[in-house]
Amino acid sequence: MNVAAWLARNSRLLIVLIAIAAVLALFGTSVPIWGGCTAALDRCADVVAIGVFQGMIVALVALGYTLVYGILQLINFANGSVFMLGSVAALLGVEIFGLTSDSPAASVILAFAVILPVTMAITAGLNAGIERVAYRPLRRAPTLATLISAIGMDFILQNVGQIIIGPSPVSLPSLLPNDVILAEPVVIKVSHLFVTGITLPLLLGLMWFVRTTRQGKAMRATAQDREAAGLMGIDVNRTISLTFLLAGALAGGAGVIVALYNGSAWWQYGFSYGLLAFTAAVFGGIGNLLGAAVGGIFLGILISLNAFYVDPRWQEVVVFGILVLVLIFRPTGLFAEKQSERA
Amino acid sequence: MTALATDLVLSTRGIRKEFGGLVAVSDIDFDIPRHSIVSLIGPNGAGKTTFFNMITGLYKPTAGRIELNGKEITGAKPHQVVRAGIGRTFQNIRLFGNMTAVENVLVGLHHTLKGHWWEAIYRPRSLLREEDRALERARELLALMNLLPRQDDYARNLPYGDQRRLEIARALATDCKLLLLDEPTAGMNPNETLELTEFVRSVRDRLGVTILLIEHDMKVVMGISERVTVLDHGEKIAEGTPAEVRANPRVIEAYLGRGAAGHG
Repeated sequence: MNVAAWLARNSRLLIVLIAIAAVLALFGTSVPIWGGCTAALDRCADVVAIGVFQGMIVALVALGYTLVYGILQLINFANGSVFMLGSVAALLGVEIFGLTSDSPAASVILAFAVILPVTMAITAGLNAGIERVAYRPLRRAPTLATLISAIGMDFILQNVGQIIIGPSPVSLPSLLPNDVILAEPVVIKVSHLFVTGITLPLLLGLMWFVRTTRQGKAMRATAQDREAAGLMGIDVNRTISLTFLLAGALAGGAGVIVALYNGSAWWQYGFSYGLLAFTAAVFGGIGNLLGAAVGGIFLGILISLNAFYVDPRWQEVVVFGILVLVLIFRPTGLFAEKQSERA
Repeated sequence: MTALATDLVLSTRGIRKEFGGLVAVSDIDFDIPRHSIVSLIGPNGAGKTTFFNMITGLYKPTAGRIELNGKEITGAKPHQVVRAGIGRTFQNIRLFGNMTAVENVLVGLHHTLKGHWWEAIYRPRSLLREEDRALERARELLALMNLLPRQDDYARNLPYGDQRRLEIARALATDCKLLLLDEPTAGMNPNETLELTEFVRSVRDRLGVTILLIEHDMKVVMGISERVTVLDHGEKIAEGTPAEVRANPRVIEAYLGRGAAGHG
């Protein structure tokens, strides 16, 4: 009797315990998890560092989800595909400029000084166009209608990607030198610097933009109370368009970085990275910019640890297992209270 | 009725709003002379809020014409109405709670500024100057409302009376010629109410704005208004000075007769 009452009171805890037990049981039967952990603890710092670099890319895409959610309470599922088309654009750019693995560093840098901003402009315009065509006419419709519209846009763009580069992954020439810059305490390569050099300014720049500029204040005001914002003279449609422009630019930038860093482009990257980024945004507290950035980096580290110590094939189980735990104990995400960051 | 002043800030002719078969507001003519304080009263459901929402662009009138400073604004979007010169506060306070007091006022100033978003990236001197001027203006307005010491507090953390005044500061920041106050003394004690009444008058005198008030508190309405218009069941049933309206039998029947007469 007492036990039953206790279980009824703590049913959430019970669910979590069962979930953890199930995951561990699955792990135990299929992968030699316990042996792997102790084998290479000394490489832990490197693994975490790699995770941070991966995570920064995820964070860029996650910011796109969280920005749009903050202002429209809509999950823009097409965001992942916009990101994918960014990497397709990078691939096409590499072909246009005729870059190969032997190209001198100077011409690679020059080419990407063009490719990156052009791609970001294209994906920004694409994302704002999606809002104009697929979401704005549904602004007063039930949220479910807009959500379905978003999923539809996602499928359309996936197919556009498939039409442009075909159904299989396409390799880019390896343009980033593999030189090691730093060996101690963690291994840092040129490619890592490239990722950081583009991602970090974009992440910080966006947060600065939303926090301090006039347009950023308009975005925050619109996010908090769209109608009141309009009645204070803010052009709400313009502000929403600007939000989609920014989200699209970030997704495009992330697409270029991934194409170079992973050395390939594929129409399915939109889905896999998009799902990760979406998870990161929910994890950090959707609508919260800092949360999305931290969530992205956290997931990156998690994936990297999992790939090294467990098995990359378990990635989804680990990522979504963590997500389930977060949602059970903090349904609003980790940073839900710091609402002042909301955009 | 007193003679209509020739200089009108707002005038409506036959504006009407139907929701399906229901006539919420029926063919209202309404004039607001410049620099006046005018009240709109009426029992619950009389159509005051619908009327307000048509003026501010939230609803499109079914028929009729609205003019602001002689220019037609019928059917304009809310932000266009604000740009034309109407600012407002809300019955249930709608500040941007997660922004500071000064940021709320800056949002009101938004449309008066010209800087483009791409300029925010390379920050030309013209933009920096404009930002400085905007901040200065926001602080002026906060000082006018005695809110300067709380400029960096989040709006949601301000006491109720301060929130009310911050809403007025934000509305004034839009550089409005006509300020709509939707039940500004709702939820205030008699002392705060008296203070706000004085304050509304001083805002009119110092900033030269015109004020349209929706108010339930008869003491406030009768004490502050120069003209009062009464709506009932979507129709205008009386108009005139507070004394004239108070003496009007139709008004007493529709509105003052129900309990509020005791105040008057």
